[in-house]
Amino acid sequence: MSHDHSLNPEVMPQHPEKATLEGKNKFLGLWFFLGGETVLFASLFGTYLALKNSTAGGPTSQDLFGLELVFLMTMLLLTSSLTSVYAMYHMKNNDFKKMQLWLGITGLLGIGFLGCEIYEFYHYIHEYGFTFRSSAFGSAFYTLVGFHGGHVLFGLCWLSAIMIRNAKRGLNLYNAPKFNTFSLYWHFIDVVWVFIFTVVYLMGKVA
Amino acid sequence: MSTATAQKTSFAAVLWDYLTTVDHKKIGKLYIYGGGFFFLLGGLEAMLIRIQLIKPENDFLSAGLYNEMITMHGTTMIFFAAMPLLLGLMNAVMPLQIGARDVAFPFVNALGFWLFFLGGIMLNVSWFTGAPDAGWTAYAPLSTTSPGHGVDYYILGLQISGAGTLMGGINFLVTIVNMRAPGMTYMRMPLFTWTTFVVSVLILFAFPALTVGLFLLMFDRMFGSAFFDVALGGNSIIWQHLFWIFGHPEVYILILPAFGIFSEIFATFSKKRLFGYTAMVFATILIAFLGFMVWAHHMFTVGMGPVANSIFAIATMAIAVPTGIKIFNWLLTLWGGNITINSAMLWSLAFIPSFTIGGMTGIMVATSVADYQYHDTYFVIAHFHYVIVGGVVFGIMAALHYWWPIMFRRVLNEKLGKWAFWNFFIGFHLTFFIQHFLGLMGMPRRYWVFLENQGLDTGNLISTIGAFFMAIGVIIFLYNAIYSWIKEEPAPQDPWDGRTLEWAVASPTPHYNFKQLPLVRGLDPLWIEKMEGNGKMTPAEPVGEIHMPNGSILPFLMSVGFFIAGFGFIYQTVTDVAYIFLFGGMGLALACMLIRSLKDDHGYHITKEELEKEAD
Repeated sequence: MSHDHSLNPEVMPQHPEKATLEGKNKFLGLWFFLGGETVLFASLFGTYLALKNSTAGGPTSQDLFGLELVFLMTMLLLTSSLTSVYAMYHMKNNDFKKMQLWLGITGLLGIGFLGCEIYEFYHYIHEYGFTFRSSAFGSAFYTLVGFHGGHVLFGLCWLSAIMIRNAKRGLNLYNAPKFNTFSLYWHFIDVVWVFIFTVVYLMGKVA
Repeated sequence: MSTATAQKTSFAAVLWDYLTTVDHKKIGKLYIYGGGFFFLLGGLEAMLIRIQLIKPENDFLSAGLYNEMITMHGTTMIFFAAMPLLLGLMNAVMPLQIGARDVAFPFVNALGFWLFFLGGIMLNVSWFTGAPDAGWTAYAPLSTTSPGHGVDYYILGLQISGAGTLMGGINFLVTIVNMRAPGMTYMRMPLFTWTTFVVSVLILFAFPALTVGLFLLMFDRMFGSAFFDVALGGNSIIWQHLFWIFGHPEVYILILPAFGIFSEIFATFSKKRLFGYTAMVFATILIAFLGFMVWAHHMFTVGMGPVANSIFAIATMAIAVPTGIKIFNWLLTLWGGNITINSAMLWSLAFIPSFTIGGMTGIMVATSVADYQYHDTYFVIAHFHYVIVGGVVFGIMAALHYWWPIMFRRVLNEKLGKWAFWNFFIGFHLTFFIQHFLGLMGMPRRYWVFLENQGLDTGNLISTIGAFFMAIGVIIFLYNAIYSWIKEEPAPQDPWDGRTLEWAVASPTPHYNFKQLPLVRGLDPLWIEKMEGNGKMTPAEPVGEIHMPNGSILPFLMSVGFFIAGFGFIYQTVTDVAYIFLFGGMGLALACMLIRSLKDDHGYHITKEELEKEAD
């Protein structure tokens, strides 16, 4: 079919993710989506800032947060953002195997991050009795950080789905935009984490 | 697949076609059917409210039922009538106006519709178990402590439909940026397309605040969190801020498309190019920009202090400037024009004074000091019905008359159109004008009874009589729709001697819209070609293969999944059986997403030969 040929050209273009109208639309659509996500997280940050001292006699942010673990989590997630950049670099060079490799590393780092976060929540709940229901601070903390964690989890499911689906057939103009939009989404999650690290953990430790 | 489905007419085939369609024209119609249905429901609720208030101490509705009625009227009219009707018009017209063959994400477009529709159904299911009763604004702690599941239905219904609206917004943005026909620069886009674009930006940045607000409310009501629970350090004002950070842009989401509609209609029926096109575009952008900085004017009496109140009061008044620019530009478009007065034009002409009255009372309520007097009285009710009915509903009615030939291939009957208009117009002013004075005399909103001999009896009676006139107007319009479908001849391609691209499309509109994309040579492109004696658009490309998207049942199934999960969320507080619905519904929705992601969907091609076979 002529159509298959047009998605699998002899020579891949410089930007396979934006070579078709569908690709361009997905690229721009995801950027707009991230604009909406920014407001979503801004609202959650606003709520958190309004409630972070409302501990209702329970543990405060100074009691709870340990910067060692959070530092490790930050490193894991920041590195995963870098590895997803490598993956996109190899995509543009039409090197599918290396792209999959670096995406795989990205996913593993994401799983590491998520593991740390689950441990962190478990620790707060069992060591401090600090839960979603114990105070307005608790509700705001778990909601903000949990929404971010939920985004990481969704991203990991997304990544595994497209990696497994395309494992055997290589890169073409149909799936390149999918990998690229994932990478944009992943960067966004990373940026949100930078703000969580600063506003929740650093400011929570010193305030 | 392509043309064959259009030929079948059995009911099952038509139903399947609409359940799986990704065509923006059909989705536009679905939005209009859905929005129209909820408009009738909301209208019925309004009538019951007005019947209750026809005389002092009436016992037509109980206090509790009255609270449910006002909550459902407001919520239904804003989220499930006005917005979907506008989204329907945008879907039906905007891609044609920019010379596109479809929207950027046809699949997402269908998903947006089904989420809206099932969200609306979800909300209205609550009538069987006890409807929400905390007002359409659902202020905490009233909403967090409201017994029963009414508010839960409100939360889930709005959450599901809000997600659909957000997708619609993103879709329109990408469509307008990426898919304009050759020559269709930004400053050649018709005003309705411009307002669609700006409104989509508003949707994109306003709806997530509502999403978060609804999540917090949901967590408080269903999962025991403490955002609005003062005993555990919560703060109920957060809800008000989040709600209005969304809620104020929302009113511009409603009114700006109406502004776009009037701009099209005034230009067409004055036979003049829109006066001050550039100023109109920038006024739209300015209104949208300012619309984000005025949310706290809904909260003047909360106690934010004089500084905050003053800032928000001044920002609010500033919006009157770009709005005034628009009013004068419409008047100057009419000035010296060759004016045709028909139903569409009547609604548009009636809009100018009606909306201006609403704008004027807007300045009054924006005056924060005076607002302590107006707040929560019928004065505010009168104000926002003047802008929403006098602006948005008039706009929708004008647009339906104007674009009916494109959507339904009929020109609506003029005589019936005028009857509907005059009944509605007189009824509208009868209902709401008097409410200004009721409010100034101290009648509070949301009370289910008033006492006699306090000077409120006559005013309320007049208001109720007016409401019946409005109802008669709506019934005549519905009759007109059916009458025209059965009795009138199919509409010609360009019944109004139009100026913009949607009138250059063949009638009935082919599912690919344009056989050849048109070459746009300026503002009002079709008018330019008419003036130069061409009569039709010059193609910008030779006849060639057209790439079209495949239909899919997945958007419907995905929405059904969220719909089922909604019931699971609501009832998991009562019984563990609900978890089956919660996980089952979410599972269905996520499985549909996975299928969508994994299954290749390349669409199909209409070949050159097929296109040439179809009559020119």
